[in-house]
Amino acid sequence: MRLHKSGLMLIAAIVTGFAISRFEHLINPYYYQVLIYIGINIILASSLNLINGFAGQFSLGHAGFMAVGAYTSAVVTSQLHFASSSMLNTAAFSLALLLGGIVAAIFGLLVGIPSLRLKGDYLAITTLGFGEIIRVIVQNLDFLGGARGFTGIPKLTNFVWVFSTVAIVILLVSNLINSTYGKSFLAVRDDELAAETIGISSTRVKVIAFVTGAFFAGVAGALYAHFVTYINPAQFSFLKSFEIVVMVIIGGMGSIFGVILSAILLTILPEMLRSVAQYRMVVYSLLLIVIMITRPRGLFVRTRTAKQSVALKTLR
Amino acid sequence: MKTYSGILAALFTTLVILGCGGGDKGDEILIGEFGSLTGTTATFGQSTHHGLELAVEETNNAGGVLGKKIRLLVEDDQSKPEEAATAVTKLITRDNVKAIIGEVASSRSLAAAPICQQFKIPMVSPASTNPEVTKKGDFIFRVCYIDPFQGEMLARFMYNSLGFKKAVILKDVKNDYSVGLAQYFRQTFESLGGTVVAEQAYSEGDSDFKAQLTALKAAEPEAMFVPGYYIEGALIVKQARELNMTMPIVGGDGWDSSKLLEVGGQAMNNTYFSTHYSTDDTAAAVRSFVTKYSARFNERPDAMAALGYDAGLILFDAIRRAGNTDGTAIRDALAATSDFTGVTGSITIDERRNARKPLVILTVENASLKYKESIQP
Repeated sequence: MRLHKSGLMLIAAIVTGFAISRFEHLINPYYYQVLIYIGINIILASSLNLINGFAGQFSLGHAGFMAVGAYTSAVVTSQLHFASSSMLNTAAFSLALLLGGIVAAIFGLLVGIPSLRLKGDYLAITTLGFGEIIRVIVQNLDFLGGARGFTGIPKLTNFVWVFSTVAIVILLVSNLINSTYGKSFLAVRDDELAAETIGISSTRVKVIAFVTGAFFAGVAGALYAHFVTYINPAQFSFLKSFEIVVMVIIGGMGSIFGVILSAILLTILPEMLRSVAQYRMVVYSLLLIVIMITRPRGLFVRTRTAKQSVALKTLR
Repeated sequence: MKTYSGILAALFTTLVILGCGGGDKGDEILIGEFGSLTGTTATFGQSTHHGLELAVEETNNAGGVLGKKIRLLVEDDQSKPEEAATAVTKLITRDNVKAIIGEVASSRSLAAAPICQQFKIPMVSPASTNPEVTKKGDFIFRVCYIDPFQGEMLARFMYNSLGFKKAVILKDVKNDYSVGLAQYFRQTFESLGGTVVAEQAYSEGDSDFKAQLTALKAAEPEAMFVPGYYIEGALIVKQARELNMTMPIVGGDGWDSSKLLEVGGQAMNNTYFSTHYSTDDTAAAVRSFVTKYSARFNERPDAMAALGYDAGLILFDAIRRAGNTDGTAIRDALAATSDFTGVTGSITIDERRNARKPLVILTVENASLKYKESIQP
């Protein structure tokens, strides 16, 4: 029943995307661009939320997976691009997106299996290292353009692609979290030992969260590459990973809705602050500090009522 | 819940106030600049911006262009390509600028160029040397030379002016600029009749080069070519001198920084490197630029400042010749730029929209920079 409902919702979302894209030409290209970035950031933040927020693993390698997806898809479309037919373009691009995600997921598996046996800080450092390794490898591969970057990627990303992927990610994450399977994610996050005692394989759960997150980071990277049409390794440094982590933390770890809102807010905010020129990142950072001091659990997470807190205390 | 809505309300009010920008006025020509005012290469963006600001002030004091004042709108791209794309889209579609100036780094220029091309707005890059940049379309120009030209000229300089036939190369494998220069240098040097007797590599961030230098020394070269950036360049020269390698050492424009002499000191004597202009040049255009820039910003103008200044003046000159601010008209005028006297030499835009201009060679004597010669293309 649930699956049936999700399917309907997904179709509805994609139809809405198509309907909105009919009016694409009426939107100012600048707003359109920001809109696309918002979508890509929602995909990145929601998929990281699955790892950081729901499975409770602190990953700092999201930009690395994004790079894998971006480069894989760019290679695919530069080999398969048929400018003559839009049907074939669509087919080539779907294949590129899918492959970008799959290759990123394979990397996620390779990194995940050994490192997810580690706990806490160790995982953060391993994933950080992974991201940097990917960047340095790409920098030294001539057929990917090396440090000069990969040019001439066709501009295939549009509103429909981004909107549909956002819809898929949100539906998948919310369905997963509300399923029995997702409950085991939360169990591992809240108390790994307790989860193990009731028969949940914590490594398995973590790897699944990690691989799914990596898959969507790869798809986001592919969408990004085909929007900016030029990628170079420096775009996927650990700073990019931190940006995504900040989105998750500001939105509230483990809050689907909060993370979406914060991805929107943190994409629009620097644009709004353009009028203060080079000081905008100072203002931006100040706002982040203020948010963290006043709402440490995330901007959009409801604080527990007094009654709930008492109930929780008695439970402990 | 109350604080929550309070914060949100405050946040959005701020955003709405900040979000309201200025409008377009009839007596002004809007020019957009995007640059790395913050981020990893902030010094590049700020120097370029200063140079460009000076060009705008001067032009406006002299009566402006086509009877209108130039107004420069600058957007920061945080040294990120995707930000460069957004900044340029905003400048073109919301602010309606007539032309774009930027960027120094080729990666950001490459992200912005397709957008300028799409909207048919001319873009002039002050310092992107990657040949790919101007291949993005016929609205994309640059006022600096490209890497193949630099490598070729340095090889000619070593072979003809210095008169050496046996050279060695020590390049930075992590840096494509360095790898490219080494490749073009070798090609030209060998076609002239010289031989590259040995080649070694290092990685950006290394600090010990003795192993590579010892291997190079064994090949008994007459001169050494070290394309790369200034920090490693200075360290390599210093360690080479410690190993008693007294031969002349030649570098590219990546060496052009005040840090080079700070790190290298006296060891830098008997080295040569190419750059875009020399502050010691006695040409009238250079003298007046150095004086005005130093007075206005209280610092000596570096190569980026000079290129930013030239990019501005060439664009304003093109608008004047075009007679109107239509994108295609400005493009045609830019493409027709010939023998423009800039701070960085006499500039002609060729059919590939690259600048054909002289390359300046500096040398170090007694731990200070001296103008050696200009090589005409």
